[in-house]
Amino acid sequence: MKMFVCIKRVPDTSEADVKIDQTGKSVDSSRFSFGINDADNYAVEEAVLIKEARGGEIKFLCIGPKDSDVVIRMSLAKGGESAVRIEDPRINQKDPLQVAKVLAAAIKREQFDLVMTGCMSADDSNMSVGVALAEELGVSHAAMVKSVEILDGKIKVKRELEGGLTEVVEMSLPAVITIQTGINVPRYAPVRGIREAQKKELKVLKLEDLGLAEEEVSEAGSRVELMKLYIPVVASNAEMIQGTPDEKAEIMAVKMVKGGLL
Amino acid sequence: MDFRLNEEQQMIQNMVREFADKELAPVAARLDEEGEFPHEIIRKMGALGLFGLPFSEEYGGTGAGYLSYALAVEEISRACASTGITYAAHCSIGAGPIYLFGTPEQKKQWVMPCAQGKMLAAFGLTEPNAGSDAGGTQTTAVPDGDGWVLNGSKCFITNAGVAKVAVITAVTDKEKGSRGISSFVVPTDTPGFKVGQPYRKLGLNASDTREIILDNVRLPKESMLGKPGEGFKQFLIALDGGRISIGALSVGIAQACLDASLKYARERVQFDQPIAKFQAVQFKLADMKMKTELARTMVYKAAWLKDQGLAFSMEAAIAKLYASEAAMQNATEAVQIYGGYGYMKDYPVERYFRDAKLMEIGEGTSEIQRLVIARLLGC
Repeated sequence: MKMFVCIKRVPDTSEADVKIDQTGKSVDSSRFSFGINDADNYAVEEAVLIKEARGGEIKFLCIGPKDSDVVIRMSLAKGGESAVRIEDPRINQKDPLQVAKVLAAAIKREQFDLVMTGCMSADDSNMSVGVALAEELGVSHAAMVKSVEILDGKIKVKRELEGGLTEVVEMSLPAVITIQTGINVPRYAPVRGIREAQKKELKVLKLEDLGLAEEEVSEAGSRVELMKLYIPVVASNAEMIQGTPDEKAEIMAVKMVKGGLL
Repeated sequence: MDFRLNEEQQMIQNMVREFADKELAPVAARLDEEGEFPHEIIRKMGALGLFGLPFSEEYGGTGAGYLSYALAVEEISRACASTGITYAAHCSIGAGPIYLFGTPEQKKQWVMPCAQGKMLAAFGLTEPNAGSDAGGTQTTAVPDGDGWVLNGSKCFITNAGVAKVAVITAVTDKEKGSRGISSFVVPTDTPGFKVGQPYRKLGLNASDTREIILDNVRLPKESMLGKPGEGFKQFLIALDGGRISIGALSVGIAQACLDASLKYARERVQFDQPIAKFQAVQFKLADMKMKTELARTMVYKAAWLKDQGLAFSMEAAIAKLYASEAAMQNATEAVQIYGGYGYMKDYPVERYFRDAKLMEIGEGTSEIQRLVIARLLGC
């Protein structure tokens, strides 16, 4: 089983003040702390679990600057043999189709059975790269996967759908799956793994190494344009419910059902 | 000169931070309240290799170095200072002296399982009449046939009730004063090795602190650490390393105080605005940040010097002194920023305040650190 896991370094915005930078199209990330994208962390764990159960090989793929190496090596510390980091300022990372094209170019160069990504990135939240990657590679895919079972030449996965529904899908390999958070409990990287990860192969590639032309993956060649990024004004909209306690409860219950809370 | 942590150190810091946030922070208040020793968390820390950080691979460690170890102590202590002191006492002054002065056999027998997280260690130096004046040790070790017999008592010993091994100092030659003190590696299941009930403490309630009573503890000849009379010199060296870890522990508390205070100051509204908008509170937060960063820089420097094999006694004393006082000052200000709520057990700063005080006392009081620094200055 030869596996690729695509991972991304993202800012942790849970505690930080998010401010739009001067371009109006990005955020000021100078005071952020960074880490692995949450859903990708589960994909890493799932790959390591599969490898532990059935053997195989894991290669991590990441598009990003040198600072991403800490995130990549942390994944290597949990399991996995090698990694490729693609660093090229010409890549337009705002367009998920172009990101998928870059990742596919790196994967196509080798034989593979299973490609995993997180189901969504915490920064751009497009939920598109994994699906587009399957298209680029010409293989089947399943998104929002919350359980994986490896069969002979096939894979059986459970997908999370809206409204609490679960869909069971069987696909032939090779395939791409996007992993939903909660599918497993990501481990902590042991110190020994962290030490060993420093010696594992981490190749840095550019567009030319991947046989890609600039116009295929650059902003100029994108069909998506980021117009503006802004923080919506927070408006409070409180509605006072009148009536007897029974009436109030009835109105409240109806509102909650309509609003999808119940 | 490079002030950045290398990739491996960043990874260890990130991993321990994640572990501390998920495993320790949610339970730290309850552990303190109930005085519960976190056996399961300690087991997990051992399995991750945290106890092996300062020890070489030859003796079961991971060989990551003292700076990596200091980073880990800081992150653990930011979430739970009780667990921080258990960890620091185990590595620095429990297993530490055996690692520094033991024979290869002693290291294989004791440092290896300590580094692998299979057992905890304690250090029995302090006695009722020998605190800062450790030369006043009264516990005796008398030759007996082919071995030694120890008698006496030790007080305020971290990990005493949970350790499988303890390094114990005892007088082997009364005539020679401090040069007549030797250290022994004592398995805690040796007949005559007894521990008292846990002390009732101001803070660090989830750590195990007890009296050790040595009642005719019979030890083989090979249990001595180093040569007769080297005990005093040994524990001064071991305490140098210990000071870095208490410094790191203090930085963890200082950071926790700052984090909690900043969060609260942004949320707490008085006079129609968050109190973080008031300069009186801003100045407190700025000072807390400044002290935390200065303490951290000094702790890292002392650890780095130790990793390079350079002299670090002065820096370790400065780091321990400054960081412990920074932790106490930050804790005082944190309680002040929280006001009445800060005095209540419902908020974490009350625990930080109680925990911080020990940092100015344990492993050499602030006064002793100033003495150490003054003596190293040549006074």
